[in-house]
Amino acid sequence: MFELSKPQKEIQKAARDFAKGEFDKEIAYELEIKQAFPKKIWQKAADLGFLGIHYPESCSGGGMGVLENVLITETFCRSDSSIGSALVQATSASECILRFGGEELKNRYLPRLAEGEILSGRALTETQRGEDYLNIQTTAEKRGSTWVINGTKRYVENGGDPDTGLYIVLCRTSSDESSPEGGLSLFLVEADRPGLTTESVGKKLGNNLTATARLTLNEVEVPIENLLGDEGNGYACLEQYFVESRILAAAKAVGNAAGSLDRALEYIKGREQFGKKIAEFQVSQHKIADMATKVELARLVTHKAAWYFDQGKPDSTLSSMAKLTAGRAAMEVGAQAIQLFGGYGYMTEYDVERYYRDAKVIELQEGIKDVQKDIIARNVIGKIR
Amino acid sequence: MGILNYTDAHHEFRERLRLFLEKEVTPNADQWEKDHIVPKSAWKKIGAAGFLCPWVGKAYGGPGLDFLYSVITTEEMMKTRQTGLVTMLHCDIVVPYIDSFGSEEIKQKYLPGCVSGDVITAVAMTEPGAGSDVASMETTAVEDGDEIVINGSKTFISNGINCDIVIIAAKDPAVENKHTAVSLYIVDDGTPGFTRGRHLEKMGMHSQDTAELFFSDCRIPKTNILGKKGDGFMMLMQKLQQERLMSAIGNVAASELILEKSVAFAKETEINGKPMSKLQSIKFTLAEMATDVKMNRIFLDNLIMGHMAGEHVIAETMMSKYASSEMVNLMVDRALDLFGEHGTLEDNLLVRDFRDLRIVTIFAGTTEIMKTIIAQSMGL
Repeated sequence: MFELSKPQKEIQKAARDFAKGEFDKEIAYELEIKQAFPKKIWQKAADLGFLGIHYPESCSGGGMGVLENVLITETFCRSDSSIGSALVQATSASECILRFGGEELKNRYLPRLAEGEILSGRALTETQRGEDYLNIQTTAEKRGSTWVINGTKRYVENGGDPDTGLYIVLCRTSSDESSPEGGLSLFLVEADRPGLTTESVGKKLGNNLTATARLTLNEVEVPIENLLGDEGNGYACLEQYFVESRILAAAKAVGNAAGSLDRALEYIKGREQFGKKIAEFQVSQHKIADMATKVELARLVTHKAAWYFDQGKPDSTLSSMAKLTAGRAAMEVGAQAIQLFGGYGYMTEYDVERYYRDAKVIELQEGIKDVQKDIIARNVIGKIR
Repeated sequence: MGILNYTDAHHEFRERLRLFLEKEVTPNADQWEKDHIVPKSAWKKIGAAGFLCPWVGKAYGGPGLDFLYSVITTEEMMKTRQTGLVTMLHCDIVVPYIDSFGSEEIKQKYLPGCVSGDVITAVAMTEPGAGSDVASMETTAVEDGDEIVINGSKTFISNGINCDIVIIAAKDPAVENKHTAVSLYIVDDGTPGFTRGRHLEKMGMHSQDTAELFFSDCRIPKTNILGKKGDGFMMLMQKLQQERLMSAIGNVAASELILEKSVAFAKETEINGKPMSKLQSIKFTLAEMATDVKMNRIFLDNLIMGHMAGEHVIAETMMSKYASSEMVNLMVDRALDLFGEHGTLEDNLLVRDFRDLRIVTIFAGTTEIMKTIIAQSMGL
């Protein structure tokens, strides 16, 4: 697995060519100020088949795996961290439909996501820190042939964007105190259902090309078939989903880190101080060596996690290691990139500062470092008694 | 275990300043952040209240107080959530050049305004091609009769838009040795040939007006020189010590505030029904952060004593600037980790700290420059 296959390299090249032609830092800068989704680029990316490459061909997908999705994610985020993140997030949590949804739901919604007709939103978290899934208060109650949902969700990805067509919502379907894990279920909720409202959280530290909102569900009714996976199996589904989504988050971080490194390299080869190029100072060279090493390590573990997933052996340890390593790499490489740029690195004109802000958002999403470490430790240590 | 000799008068000053800032500055911070500048009236207001340049002597309109008042002001300003009303830069970095090197006439002319807030100051060293390498500046100052003619451009100038006077470093093109070619001059706002370039957009410090300045056949009287001709580089090096010390004071104060907020958040937040502060990982994280802050604080306070006693503490100042600037960035990064997803939202004020503080390892001399000087001090 140490070399990508020919088709994988072709996908990587296609993604690189597309990004080179369509992504632009001026566009990213303007969109960030307006907090607007890169709609035109999104639709072009969909037309060319970059979205839902991991969906089956029968659902307008590419019939490929997580590794191919990782390659596109990484390449896009390397070309532009904010535009890349937005495109990846266009199909946020749609893996819950792909992996747990019924055939009819898959056929109805995955093609629309892959074709760039709608965005999907992710509505899981309720607490401030965003990891407290066992204390979910949002409820879904079965009434005849419908589920009725009530509750409020925080940090909803793509929440309130006019193009968002559906949300993946985690609900409590039974209040069995003895087994909090067993009382949760996942639902697909269409965005135009009566009783569903969103409120924007406003500006964020980074990743500002995508909307984030608080989502309120007040007596929202969805049909029985909108249940994803089995009733009461939501927590298990979520854990499975995170194994995949954390690989994608890691891929974003790898791309972000590689993008910061690219920009720093270009700058230090051009800029002179004390009669030498910055790149000629040994300390700069060693900084670059550290940065390149971090990017490569992050990439290796991320690709390995994706490859295992595609072999039918999804591995939560590897996914969490990838997220942990790549998130940190993006932050550390980003900080050093700004440092190598000096005062210019602090100016919005050079986009390493935006990469760095986006990097922190990536690191804080999909479970912070402690969450990943808890998972890795649990798996590595096993039973203590 | 504080080692600085704060008297009742110092405590009273701090209390008065805190009340002033809570009423007149902090409530405006969000608006100033949006405007990307502070109104000049804010400078006059804080000046009128007696908080600008408290060290300036009575002969020049100041109360003539000790350096601890500058320390107090810098610490309290860190709580105001804004970076545009940057008293540290004006009072403790720029105005000292006028006081130490200005002629009696210049001191009489400018210092009272610096104290009252009628004269906002900036210092212009950095150029597009001369960042860390200050000596390679290209801005020229050429004598012509009773006048000096300045040509060149400066960048990343804090208070660049608001400044009423700017202290500019420029070299005499006739002098070959670049270390003895530089002199410092005062240029008044409105002098023909002195124009502003772009108001620069930055990662953070949004209420701070950072700008490019252009000088095109800008003529100033010869008497606007600070110190002796050719001593500019030496004067800059001399004053950079206090600049870096001020930076360290700000970094340590900011770190203390970040720690305070982090501890409070850990105590008031629950994870899966348990207070976050009961988790061993959180306790250890906060213990590590507290240790870093305390070690930096004690070193810094000791350094402040040395600085006030006029001791030779160049290497120690560089160490403190380097260590505290790296620390404060690590602090805010770790603090955001505690907040989790809430750490991504603008309504979390630590997000502003995250953006504002990224520059402190770069400005007033990068970490790399600090390490270079520390190494030199060891004979390396």
